[in-house]
Amino acid sequence: MTNEWPLWEIFIRSKQGLDHKHAGSLHAADAQMAIENARDVYTRRQEGISIWVVESKHIHASSPDEAESLYDPANDKVYRHPTFYNLPIELKHI
Amino acid sequence: MESSLDIFQDKVDNDISIEPKDWMPDEYRKTLIRQISQHAHSEIVGMLPEGNWITRAPSLKRKATLIAKVQDEAGHGLYLYSAAETLGISRDEMIAQLHSGKAKYSSIFNYPTLTWADIGAIGWLVDGAAIMNQVPLCRTSYGPYARAMIRVCKEESFHQRQGFEILLILSRGSEEQRALCQDAINRWWWPSVMMFGPGDEASPRSAQSIKWKVKRFTNDELRQKFIDICAEQIKTLGMQIPDPALKWNEEKNHYDFGEINWEEFWNVVNGNGPCNKERLAARIKAHEEGAWVREAAIAFAEKRKTHNA
Amino acid sequence: MPVSLLNYILHLADNALIMGHRNSEWTGHGPILEQDIALSNIALDLIGQSRYLYQFAAELSGNGATEDSLAYLRGPEDYKNCLITEQDNGHWGKTVLRQFFFSAYQYPLYQQQLNNKNAQLAAIVEKSLKEVTYHLRWSSEWVIRLGQGTEESSQKMRDAINDLWKYTGELITETDLDKQLGINVSIIAEHWKSRVNDILNQAGIIVPDDKRMIVGGRLGIHTEHLQNILNDMQYMQRTYPGMEW
Repeated sequence: MTNEWPLWEIFIRSKQGLDHKHAGSLHAADAQMAIENARDVYTRRQEGISIWVVESKHIHASSPDEAESLYDPANDKVYRHPTFYNLPIELKHI
Repeated sequence: MESSLDIFQDKVDNDISIEPKDWMPDEYRKTLIRQISQHAHSEIVGMLPEGNWITRAPSLKRKATLIAKVQDEAGHGLYLYSAAETLGISRDEMIAQLHSGKAKYSSIFNYPTLTWADIGAIGWLVDGAAIMNQVPLCRTSYGPYARAMIRVCKEESFHQRQGFEILLILSRGSEEQRALCQDAINRWWWPSVMMFGPGDEASPRSAQSIKWKVKRFTNDELRQKFIDICAEQIKTLGMQIPDPALKWNEEKNHYDFGEINWEEFWNVVNGNGPCNKERLAARIKAHEEGAWVREAAIAFAEKRKTHNA
Repeated sequence: MPVSLLNYILHLADNALIMGHRNSEWTGHGPILEQDIALSNIALDLIGQSRYLYQFAAELSGNGATEDSLAYLRGPEDYKNCLITEQDNGHWGKTVLRQFFFSAYQYPLYQQQLNNKNAQLAAIVEKSLKEVTYHLRWSSEWVIRLGQGTEESSQKMRDAINDLWKYTGELITETDLDKQLGINVSIIAEHWKSRVNDILNQAGIIVPDDKRMIVGGRLGIHTEHLQNILNDMQYMQRTYPGMEW
């Protein structure tokens, strides 16, 4: 039986109109404490922000499958462009 | 058909972040866990030498900014522990490694802070050296580590400026203050230079770390850059760097500097520095004396859950 | 009139500084990293409040006083903080309980002073009230958490309240100075008692039988703790007088 406080993932919306963004994680004994800790650690007490906390164990994530990834050494390695657009060569430097 | 390792290395070569669920070589994972957790430990242990002067800070402004700085270091430790936890190690495991001596932390924090001027010297030199290391790590290959470093670097800039300002004011003050300033520089210079670790020839893991972009520059490269910058900055203070061999080399476009006392370095790394025992003892004490608090918080959270169920 | 106001502002400032100073002693030694950060934040908030108040007091003093000369060059006989603020930190439970008692007093006091006819004081408390609201919430939760958590934590909270209860009276006892400045202490006392009863109830912590209160801090009659605090805090300014840092 471990006494370690559970790990929580923290999501912060720093301004109205923006999405919540993953800020990192921290340990807290319960959700209320997690929110307060997030305020202290990840927002340095900025006003008017929104904090979501989720216990890390409740996050479900997709698995990158290397065999099916867009990685293809023969072609133009699409995954290197974060927007995943196929840019013609001459536009690469824009 | 490319192997996982080829894909991994190709990503690294092209500055594509490796994220927690991606395939990675075992050795890469182990190296990262060690490097990130030791970086985290350094931040936490680093709170102690400076924390030592919080109650004695000589003005309210200095009191507030010093607390803020030390608190930042706690925050940095936290970001780094978080990043390490994405690799499959828990905070408790890392803390146990620190307390048992299995994990190391930057040996610079095994030196004592004897005067208020030490706080200035730490900000200028120790944080200066840390920044030199940390900025390149903002582009390290492992995503969570890089993102943690970006946060750290954003917050770090005021630390160094604060330290330099403390020394600047001392350097323009009374004779006693100027003496305090030079004395602190005399004691913190060489340990700061040693922060960059052993020379490149004595760093066997260096090449692999550079290939994996867990490290972006060699120890000697960073050390040279640090010395070049400090040798200029100290002119503003009107103080001396305690190295008689320090001299601008026109051909190399760098400063030449004296021999590092590697015996002292290894001695301190291996646990015989002036404050090794005290630093670790303080951390162990805080952890042990806090156990009842952590337990109570868990117990209460359970009670509340059952109550609300 | 200005002298009363000056003394009152110093009282508020000293309270905030000594509490902040005590809390800052935990930095680097907290039971878990996240809480180390939380308490350091509170320390920073309080020291920040004290700075606004000392700067105001320095203006009122007029005779070349500065925030630092007021904080660093007065001895315990001139300090006007309540005795509870100078008590030692003890264990984490004692620290959070002390914070709770203090914040439960600061909150209604500052709320009331939002309407103070002195605009500068009103502005300072308005800035501080958000922080104090957070301090009150944070400390209330901890008191409950530790009061109810385990047998060990309950016991430690019993010990803590036995140590601290005798110093709580001073927070809500009216002095001549309060009367002169129109501070309505009875309303503050009402709010304080109500909040304290509620939280102690939820925490399962019982008020000690011995209800005797020790006062004196506001008149410069302190426990030995304050001299020790000031010895540390004022060391640099007293050893190297008249210098810039």
